[in-house]
Amino acid sequence: MVKDSISFSKKVRLTSLEMVTRAGASHIGSALSITDILAVLFVEVLAIDVNNPKSPTRDRLILSKGHACVALYASLRHIGMISDSMLDTYGEDDTILMSHASHHVPGVEFSTGSLGHGLAVATGKALVAKLRNMDWRSFVIVGDGELQEGSNWEAIMFASFHRLNNLIMIVDANNLQSLTTVQETLSIEPLTERIAAFGWEIEEVDGHDHQQLSACFSRNRNAPTCVIARTIKGKGVSFMENQVAWHYKCPNPLELAQALREVSNA
Amino acid sequence: MRDVFMRELTGIARNNSDVILMVGDLGYSVVEQFRSEFPDRFFNVGIAEQNMMGMAAGMASEGCQVYTYSIGNFPTWRCAEQVRNDIDYHDLSVVNVVVGGGVTYGPLGYSHHAIQDYALMRSLPNMTICAPGDSLETEALCRHISTSVGPYYLRLGKGNHKLHVDRDINVGDGKICLVREGDPKNVALATGNVLYETLQDERLTHRAIYSLPMWSSRSKALVRESLIACESVITVEDHLLDCGFGSWFREAFNGIESEYPRISNWSFPLSICGSVGSRNRLHAKIFSTDHS
Repeated sequence: MVKDSISFSKKVRLTSLEMVTRAGASHIGSALSITDILAVLFVEVLAIDVNNPKSPTRDRLILSKGHACVALYASLRHIGMISDSMLDTYGEDDTILMSHASHHVPGVEFSTGSLGHGLAVATGKALVAKLRNMDWRSFVIVGDGELQEGSNWEAIMFASFHRLNNLIMIVDANNLQSLTTVQETLSIEPLTERIAAFGWEIEEVDGHDHQQLSACFSRNRNAPTCVIARTIKGKGVSFMENQVAWHYKCPNPLELAQALREVSNA
Repeated sequence: MRDVFMRELTGIARNNSDVILMVGDLGYSVVEQFRSEFPDRFFNVGIAEQNMMGMAAGMASEGCQVYTYSIGNFPTWRCAEQVRNDIDYHDLSVVNVVVGGGVTYGPLGYSHHAIQDYALMRSLPNMTICAPGDSLETEALCRHISTSVGPYYLRLGKGNHKLHVDRDINVGDGKICLVREGDPKNVALATGNVLYETLQDERLTHRAIYSLPMWSSRSKALVRESLIACESVITVEDHLLDCGFGSWFREAFNGIESEYPRISNWSFPLSICGSVGSRNRLHAKIFSTDHS
């Protein structure tokens, strides 16, 4: 199974690189940061029906850091929820595949883009599952810099107080934000202790290790869970890794060729 | 009005198990009946409006009809982006109920004066504003909303004026409601918590008085068609002129080249900002300002 998710992540990286280059888009570094998380979720964890994206029993996944959406769109393509022809509209005028996560895309649970929104929405969904005695889970992916938004902490407080053990927040902890590191901007550390102090269960994993990721999503929980996924922004492309510039830059043709080669040969 | 609302909501919740009430740590002596009858569908989220509105969106996206309850500025300006992005953009059935519309909480000062809330809400494409002028309209709006989908902003005053006017109320987005007969060519059009004073104002005695308790960015054409044959219309509201109801009404005639009514807007002057006093004293600024 891990072999499947690794193969899936490679396809998502290649597709994401091609999409942003063709569209002249930003945020490839952010997309590569969460690719392994998405691969494990889609291949091994999420209960979804590719033929029925709105299945009532599906697990919900909200990408709160909506600017990394190209990896989500590529994942939906490779899981079979959206077509190549739809994917090809990315970056075009009037596309539904806007450059932040869009709920108009089959399989995208909620539109995001402004940071600090997804966790509260996912918390509301988790609460509904509890009220209806449904056993689906509510997943949300947030950035580490995003946790500087105070709205997250309101939701963190609510979720543990109401014992929403069906809520899983995955922190894409790549320690980079808009201008420099999170650490130098406004540190959120010690993150493990801080979120644990709010009553959440904590898992700290290598966000590119599929076995570690897979294992932490399969455990039974007594409280909402925070998976702190330590990641590398731009993961998989040597010249993009840990570089703030790739929050913004779009690869030129030579850079794309090298990036595709590196990912293919990995 | 808030008691009427809560009575209506409790009745609605008896017939619809998807109804949820979330409060932002408000509603003392108002929410107790609902809470005791539906403890599993009542949530006091604490003093955390961003979370309340984001969660409301999440719950509504799962098919719940969510009512949130707070004071004017808190679930609007405080969390404007949650209302804009999470609720309105997704066209979700969240009813954002506020008390203290206008200067109902006059002595409490500027933080509690909801005098720019229409400005925010009327710019949202899926939002419908509901501003009852009395308890009859409050009842009618609650019943209308309970069978509708999409986001609503229900703005309540604190008072419970009974107008003692016998009338049928047929509420709908952009539907004007006749409150008192008068000159049909020269009319007054009030929204919200000023209907009582509008009926009392001696300068308006000869005019037909209409109320518009439900309006949105989508219903300008309907209101325009209803009143375009008038010679003059005076709008009345407990909000600043800027981006308020009267401005909305003027926009309804944007681009119209044929003759249309002379329009005057009775609203709060800028001097309301920072003024403190009883609701009635502050409302005098609407009715005593030289609007000529």
